[in-house]
Amino acid sequence: MQSNNKAIKATGAKFAPSFSSKLEKRRKLQWNWSLFFFILPGFLIYSIFFAGPTISALYLSLTDWNGVANAYNFVGLANYKEMLTDSPTFIQSLGNNLKFTLTVLICQTILSLFFAMLLVKNTKVNVFYRALYFFPTIVASVSIAFVWTFMYDPNIGVINNLLSQLGLENIAKSWLGDRNIAIYSLAFVQFWAHTGQMLIIFIAGLHAIPKELYEAVSIEGASKWQTFRYITWPLLAPSATIVIAYTTIQSFKAFDLVIAMTGGGPSHSTEILSTFLYHEAFINFRFGYASAAAVIFMLIIAIVTIIQFKMLKSNEVNY
Amino acid sequence: MRQISKNMTLFIYAAIIILPFSMVLFTTFKTTPELYKNPLGLPESWSFVNYKELFMKESMTTYFFNSVTVTLVSVACILLFASLIAYSVIRMPKKLGYLFFGFFVIGMMVPTQVNMIPIYLLINKLGLLNTLPGVIVVTIASLIPIAVFILTGFMKTLPGELIEAAKIDGANEWQTYLRIVMPLSLPSIATVTIFAFVIVWNDLLHPLLLLKSDGVKTLPIALLSFQGQYLTNYPMIFAGVIIASIPMICAYVFLQRYFIAGMTAGSIK
Repeated sequence: MQSNNKAIKATGAKFAPSFSSKLEKRRKLQWNWSLFFFILPGFLIYSIFFAGPTISALYLSLTDWNGVANAYNFVGLANYKEMLTDSPTFIQSLGNNLKFTLTVLICQTILSLFFAMLLVKNTKVNVFYRALYFFPTIVASVSIAFVWTFMYDPNIGVINNLLSQLGLENIAKSWLGDRNIAIYSLAFVQFWAHTGQMLIIFIAGLHAIPKELYEAVSIEGASKWQTFRYITWPLLAPSATIVIAYTTIQSFKAFDLVIAMTGGGPSHSTEILSTFLYHEAFINFRFGYASAAAVIFMLIIAIVTIIQFKMLKSNEVNY
Repeated sequence: MRQISKNMTLFIYAAIIILPFSMVLFTTFKTTPELYKNPLGLPESWSFVNYKELFMKESMTTYFFNSVTVTLVSVACILLFASLIAYSVIRMPKKLGYLFFGFFVIGMMVPTQVNMIPIYLLINKLGLLNTLPGVIVVTIASLIPIAVFILTGFMKTLPGELIEAAKIDGANEWQTYLRIVMPLSLPSIATVTIFAFVIVWNDLLHPLLLLKSDGVKTLPIALLSFQGQYLTNYPMIFAGVIIASIPMICAYVFLQRYFIAGMTAGSIK
C-alpha cells in the first residue's frame, strides 16, 4: 500500500513539470491572439483622441501657429521664453493659481480633517451628515458657480443682505468685483464644494487605525492632544498625502468655476493657468503660445503627482 | 456641554451647505422684481412660470436629451472598453501587462485642458464639430485612464484559479470575461459607473469646446449660454440649474453610498 503511494507520488513528480509547462504553453498561446482584440477598441480611441493630441500639444508649443493659417513656423522654445520673461498675464495667472491653490489647500485640509474627527463613528446621524457634506461634490461646477455668483451679488446677494441685517454693512462688498479679493471668493467656493469629498478619505484613514493603539495609550494616561499628536496624526499620514495631493491637483485644474463666475476678470485678477490658455487659444488665436502654457501646466501637475507617489511610499507605516 | 458644541458645529456647517441650494430653489419661484424687493424671503406665490418659460422658449427638452445621450453612450463605452483592457492586462505576461497598463494610466497625469487645442483641430478635421459623436469619443478617451486604473486594480485581486478553471472547462476568452470576470468585478464596475456618470453629466470643457450650435448643446453648456442671454435674470437661470441637477440628485438620494465610494475612489489616484 505504502509502496503504491510512493509510486504514484513518483509518477506524479515525473509528470507534473511537463503537464504544467504544457498548461503554461497553452495559456501563452491563448492570450496572444485574442486578447489584443480585447484591447483594440479602447487602445484606438485613447490613442487617437487623447494620447495623440497630448503629444501634438507638445509639438504645437514649439510653433507660432495661429490655428487658422495653413503655414506656421517652427520657433523652438520662443513661446516658453516669451511666457516666462515677457508675459505679465501669464505670470499673474501663475500667481493667482498659487494663491487659489494654497488657500484651498490650507482651508480644505484643516476643515476636512476637523469634520472627519467629529464624524468618525458610524452612527446614523454621522452617516447623514457625511452624505450631506458630500453633496456639493456631485453638483456640476457650472451650477455651483451660478449659485455662488448669486450669493456674492453686491445688491441682492445673500451674503451682503445677511451682513446688513446683522449691522455689518461696512464689511459688505462686491465679492467678485473687487480685484483684491475676487480670487479668494473663488477659492472659498472651491473648498466649500470639495471639503466633503476629502473628509471621506480622512474617515477611511481613521478607520484603518487599529483600536488597540488607542486603548493602549489611554491606559497609559495620554491626553487627547498627545493621542492625536503621537497616534492619529502619524498613522493618518498616507490619507493626508492623498488629500493634500488631490486637493492641489483638483484646485490647480479648476476651470468651470472661473469661466462661469468671473471669466478671469476683473482685469485678469482671477485668471488662472487653465483659463489663461483657453483665452489665448480661442480668443487670441495663439495656438502655439497657448500650447506652451498647457505644457507648463501639465508639468506642474505631473510633478505634484510624482511627489505624491514618492511620499505615499515613504509614508507607509508599520504597526 | 462638549456634545452640544459639537452638534452646533455640525449643524452650522450643514446650514452653510444647504442654505445656498435652498435659496436657489426658492428663487426659481420668484419673478425678477420680486427677487430684488425681497431677496431672502420665501416666494409670495409659488409660480412655475420660469420653468414653463424655459421649456417654451428654450429647447430645454433637446438639451436634456443631448445630455442623456452623451452620458449614457459615453459611460457604456467607457465600461466596455476599459474592462476589456483591464481583463487583457491581468491575463498578459507581467512585463507586457505593465507596459499596456502604464500606457493607459499615464493619461491620468494629463489635465483635460492640456490637449484641448489638438482635440479641437482633430474633431474639426474629422467633421465632427457640433455633433454629439464628436464629444462622445473625446469623453470616452479622456476617462479611459482612470477607469482602467480602477478596474485593473480590482481584477488583479481576483483569484487566478477561477480563470484557470474556466479555461479547463473549455471557456474561451470572451466567455471567461463575460461570465466569470465581469460578474465578480461588479463592485468596481459600480464605482467606475458612478464616477464616470457624475463627470460626464457635469462636464463643461469638452462641450464648451466642441458644441457651439444650439441644437447640440448639453445642459451645462446651455446653462452657460443662459447666463449671457438673461444676464442677471437669476430666477430663469436657476430654474435651468434645478432641471440640470434633478437626475443627479435623485440618483444620489437613493445611491449615496455608491456615489461616495465612486467619487472618492476617483480622487485617490
